[in-house]
Amino acid sequence: MSPNSIQSNSIQNPRVTWEGCSVLLDINDGDRLVFARLTAGSTVKIGKKNFSLRPLIGCPFGSSFQIENRTEGLCLCRFVPSTEEGNNDQEKGGCQIMDECRDNRAIVDNNEAQTLTSEDIDEMRRQGVKGDEIIEALIANSATYEKKTAFSQEKYRIKKQKKYAPRVLLRRPSARSICEAYFKKYPHRIGFLRVDALSLLLSLANVTANSDILLVDMVGGLLTGAVAERLGAGTGYVCNTYLGSSPYPVDMVRTFNFDNEICQRIVRAPLRTSEKPDACNAELNGQTSSISMEEMSLPSNHEAADSETTVSPQSKMGKTPKAGEKASEEAIKSWKENGFSSLIIAAPDADAWSLAKDLLPLLSYSAPFAIYHQYLQPLATCMHNLQQGKMAIGLQISEPWLREYQVLPSRTHPLMQMSAFGGYILSGTKICSSSESRF
Amino acid sequence: MLCSDGTKKLSFGGSIKDGDLVIVYEKRDVMKAVKVSETSVLQNRFGVFKHSDWIGKPFGSKVLSNKGGFVYLLAPTPELWTLVLSHRTQILYIADISFLITYLEIVPGSLVLESGTGSGSLTTSLARAVAPTGHVYTFDFHQQRAASAREDFQSTGVDSLVTVGVRDIQGEGFPDEYSGLADSVFLDLPQPWLAIPSAGKMLKQDGTLCSFSPCIEQVQRTCEALKSNFRDIRTFEVLLRTFEVHEGKIDSCQGDEGLSVGSPPCKRRHRSSEGSTKQDSSSSPTIKVRPCSDARGHTGYLTFSRLQCLS
Repeated sequence: MSPNSIQSNSIQNPRVTWEGCSVLLDINDGDRLVFARLTAGSTVKIGKKNFSLRPLIGCPFGSSFQIENRTEGLCLCRFVPSTEEGNNDQEKGGCQIMDECRDNRAIVDNNEAQTLTSEDIDEMRRQGVKGDEIIEALIANSATYEKKTAFSQEKYRIKKQKKYAPRVLLRRPSARSICEAYFKKYPHRIGFLRVDALSLLLSLANVTANSDILLVDMVGGLLTGAVAERLGAGTGYVCNTYLGSSPYPVDMVRTFNFDNEICQRIVRAPLRTSEKPDACNAELNGQTSSISMEEMSLPSNHEAADSETTVSPQSKMGKTPKAGEKASEEAIKSWKENGFSSLIIAAPDADAWSLAKDLLPLLSYSAPFAIYHQYLQPLATCMHNLQQGKMAIGLQISEPWLREYQVLPSRTHPLMQMSAFGGYILSGTKICSSSESRF
Repeated sequence: MLCSDGTKKLSFGGSIKDGDLVIVYEKRDVMKAVKVSETSVLQNRFGVFKHSDWIGKPFGSKVLSNKGGFVYLLAPTPELWTLVLSHRTQILYIADISFLITYLEIVPGSLVLESGTGSGSLTTSLARAVAPTGHVYTFDFHQQRAASAREDFQSTGVDSLVTVGVRDIQGEGFPDEYSGLADSVFLDLPQPWLAIPSAGKMLKQDGTLCSFSPCIEQVQRTCEALKSNFRDIRTFEVLLRTFEVHEGKIDSCQGDEGLSVGSPPCKRRHRSSEGSTKQDSSSSPTIKVRPCSDARGHTGYLTFSRLQCLS
């Protein structure tokens, strides 16, 4: 371990935002998740007002913003949480709650506890009173605040903070954050693929640098992006295959902030081209009518996740490099000779077996594969057929189960709400069968 | 196992060579890692297998013993390695491993600190995730265990991506030379809260931390320790439910003919097709699927957090 050799050269892991970069805005601790692109003109709507995202450019990912009343009007301003605050909360929370003797016997739900009216609050706001000060005023004018338990006082404070002093956390889009955001907001768009199931797919298919991964991505590009993220810059290929004449949309890839080198490794090839060596040239040369994925997806993709975000389209077109070009003849030839190093299928509406039987022969021997489905039966049938056909071993269907916990002093328990379903995965390893003669 | 040389592709297309590590597959839960040596033999319940017969065959091949028994020879992957490695400690399994790597946002080029190394089950997957340009620095306070792990990493071929150090991270913290350089820190320690101040020092801003603990009391104290300069503190439990698939008839209960209430359950998985041929041929057999009866009920809690951005 020589110290001078230690350095992280993770170019994929930028720490600071730049103009034109894609970000995930986490508003009020996960209450709202908004994908946006940082440009001089882009805005985000919080409450009833639009706020410019310009102050976020050049800030580190992970930094927080609050709405402040500046001379130029209300705007998002960086705020640095004090570490002291955390420490105090901890001590206070720790011992107070242990011997909490207050309870809710004196709390009557008659809507008379708060003496400040909404007109009073509007007036305070007009006078430029800060959000934090409004919260203090609300607490001071609450007849019941002091009678609440420390725990519910904290809840009250958080609730008011969200309303009167909303916070925006600047998150870096990654497979994790993008999957979580979509799963929370639009799970159907990603075929109900939960982040733990996505993680399993990547592991079970041995996704790593210098590998050529064959994909069927019918989950909007989430899988393509997640695989490309694991391949790194300029190594291996993500090859999206599809049935029919038009590739499946992979718009979500654009939220990942991939550079050119990575985007060039995301390619597509129709299934029949991969399948028939003789037809290869004809296919590739003959497809004059086919339009690139980029062109197809441009009109709709900007606000794929959140229509509340406004982004100026001109600045985007030049910036984002193209992903999902047609695979080169050379690459296709190499895959035909050596086979792909693994396969992942995430086609929530397609039949697993009919895809698997066409795609498994394209893999090299001993290559692992993982097939995601939101229904169990297609995977069971597929597994049975693979066994009968002696095409693969180590076959297993698994369903991940994920439970989150609230961890607080004397109040630790699983969360009251959880996702009960994140999908099924069939995994296995292709074996060398005598009927094939690749080698 | 991995290919950190950019000029070559990670392709299993190559054939088995003298000195290669292969995973000998008997069945799903009976596998073994074997180093191929021209003069060696493998002996198991199927007979004697000569390594010299294996050389030159592609990975994924079925090979025969002197008695006509067979096994498959697979190329090692971190998943297979986790199933065959020698357990010097309790190890992490695929559900936790895969989830934590995604959740820590470990990507090629990342610098990751890990303690303890244990049997190296997670380390191998971490190496795969940071390849080809990142690095995993892993620490264990047990001299001999660290040495065995080092040997394992050499035999699986991830040694260029992993450095094993002998150090008591709970007592001494991570070495200062990594201060502010780590993208992610993983802790699997009996008292992880003792290592958290040091982990905070090692991480870049917004860097990710994960602590794995089997007991909720450990989680409780870890979360307390994290509050001072970490945010996004979240604790998860992740498990896998597996399924078994059978082919067989499902009776429609229209008559008493095909009803065999007391028929013995199929002992071996996936073999029920043999039994089904004897049954009523009027209804075609269907593929049936149900969860396996046994499952791992608990492994540990995974607590994640990110270092606050203060500047």
